[in-house]
Amino acid sequence: MISFSNVSKRYSNGFEALKSISLEVQEGELVVLTGHSGAGKSTLLKLAAGIEYATSGNVVVAGQSLSRMQPQALAMLRRNIGLIFQDHKLLFDRNVFDNAALPLSISGYSPADVGRRVRAALDKVGLLDREKANPIQLSGGEQQRLCIARAIVNRPSILIADEPSGNLDAEYAITIMDMFKSFNQVGVTVLISTHDEALAARYNPRRLHLDKGQLVQETAV
Amino acid sequence: MKVWLRYQREALNRAVKRLRQAPFAALISVLVIGMALALPVGLYLTLLNLHSIAGRINAEPQISVFLTLDSGPADIQTFEAALKGNRSVARYQFISKDQALMEMRDATGLGDALDTLDKNPLPHAFVVRAKTNTPEALEALRNDLSQLPKAEFVQLDSAWAKRLAAFNSAGEKIVLILAVALGSALLAVIGNTIRLQILMQREEIEVGRLIGATDNYVRRPYLYFGALQGLLGGIIAMALAVAALFWLSDNISELIQIYAPGFRPQAVSWQTSTVIVAAAALLGWLGAYASVSMYLRQLTTAPR
Repeated sequence: MISFSNVSKRYSNGFEALKSISLEVQEGELVVLTGHSGAGKSTLLKLAAGIEYATSGNVVVAGQSLSRMQPQALAMLRRNIGLIFQDHKLLFDRNVFDNAALPLSISGYSPADVGRRVRAALDKVGLLDREKANPIQLSGGEQQRLCIARAIVNRPSILIADEPSGNLDAEYAITIMDMFKSFNQVGVTVLISTHDEALAARYNPRRLHLDKGQLVQETAV
Repeated sequence: MKVWLRYQREALNRAVKRLRQAPFAALISVLVIGMALALPVGLYLTLLNLHSIAGRINAEPQISVFLTLDSGPADIQTFEAALKGNRSVARYQFISKDQALMEMRDATGLGDALDTLDKNPLPHAFVVRAKTNTPEALEALRNDLSQLPKAEFVQLDSAWAKRLAAFNSAGEKIVLILAVALGSALLAVIGNTIRLQILMQREEIEVGRLIGATDNYVRRPYLYFGALQGLLGGIIAMALAVAALFWLSDNISELIQIYAPGFRPQAVSWQTSTVIVAAAALLGWLGAYASVSMYLRQLTTAPR
């Protein structure tokens, strides 16, 4: 489903974030990337989502090489990937419902389908009763759940989450991780990064440990 | 097709929503666009009327031959025979002194003053058209006619009609230059408005692209926004130009009646109005397209 072959990434300021990474994530797998800040986790996830491009090597997602992908094709691929950002990237000029509805509007769904799917997604993350609220009125954990609702509303086959529990207390972090586990159980390929080794271990996933841009350890399920 | 229409409807709704969100700023932009367009539109409408006047006035050169005041019917016949025999003459028209007086009475409104005269002071005249209208041929014919017996005064009187035609031609070019210059200004105004809109909506664009928005999806509401601004600006420009022409029409009409009696200023047809407003909307669309494309290119080529 996701394949990295000798992928390196050097930013324009000369910083080498990833050094010759090779890995495979199979369809329906739950993979957790661990490592300290600056280890290259976020960069790896950005490469997998086509937000950044590899300096060398090849990234293939759902059978398509991202390095040779046209913008139009990349946009279509992203509709099949649910992205969850550490900083949520919510829009504060619209309410919870409209934030969650954005991917469906982009994909051209009818208003009836949008309403049905958004409410189902909000229900799944426990925000159905807050659909008219502005995201600014939500707590950090609720904002993260809204970000997850937006990511799953299009029913993607891949979920990529960058430190989804990073700013949350332990209890909330477990709730969020439970959600990812449940998505994985219905066949969604999940790739998550976290610096919390203990939290990652709790779910016994396949773990890839990054250090200074290199894949240093792999823990199988 | 249904999805395409849904995209268009959604983009149009978003554009209208943005106009409503900042009505004062939108009004200022639309007024600026309207005023920038009003000048070429006004000139264009003026030219349309001038064309119409020029069409009523025969720009074909004509030579007026005024006979001496003592010319009688025999002299007129002799003169007419000379004209018939001249190979340079295409056709001619005789205007008797009585006919000339009547036309003068109608055209100038000096009937009372003319009635006080003891006798008709006007001469018999021939209006002659030449076969060849080059300046040399006309001048040669004028000389020939002035040599004929009883020819008192020969006038080659196409100059002012030529000047009107030349003015029309120059006017068309001026309108074109103004339209290009002010059209470019309009593109810049709309482009800048869109740029400000993009800055305000930058987060939405960036998030949208991250979750699968294509460039067309991002661009579409801004295109509608630009086209709407151009459309409204075009309507204002038409209204301003028509109002200005209407206001000036009384004064202009008096002047025009001297040269083209019975002329009535042309009203602007709905076809012309539609074309002008559609052109303004198209310019708005183009300005928006350029502005959004520039921004999207920056996003795509930004250092990573």
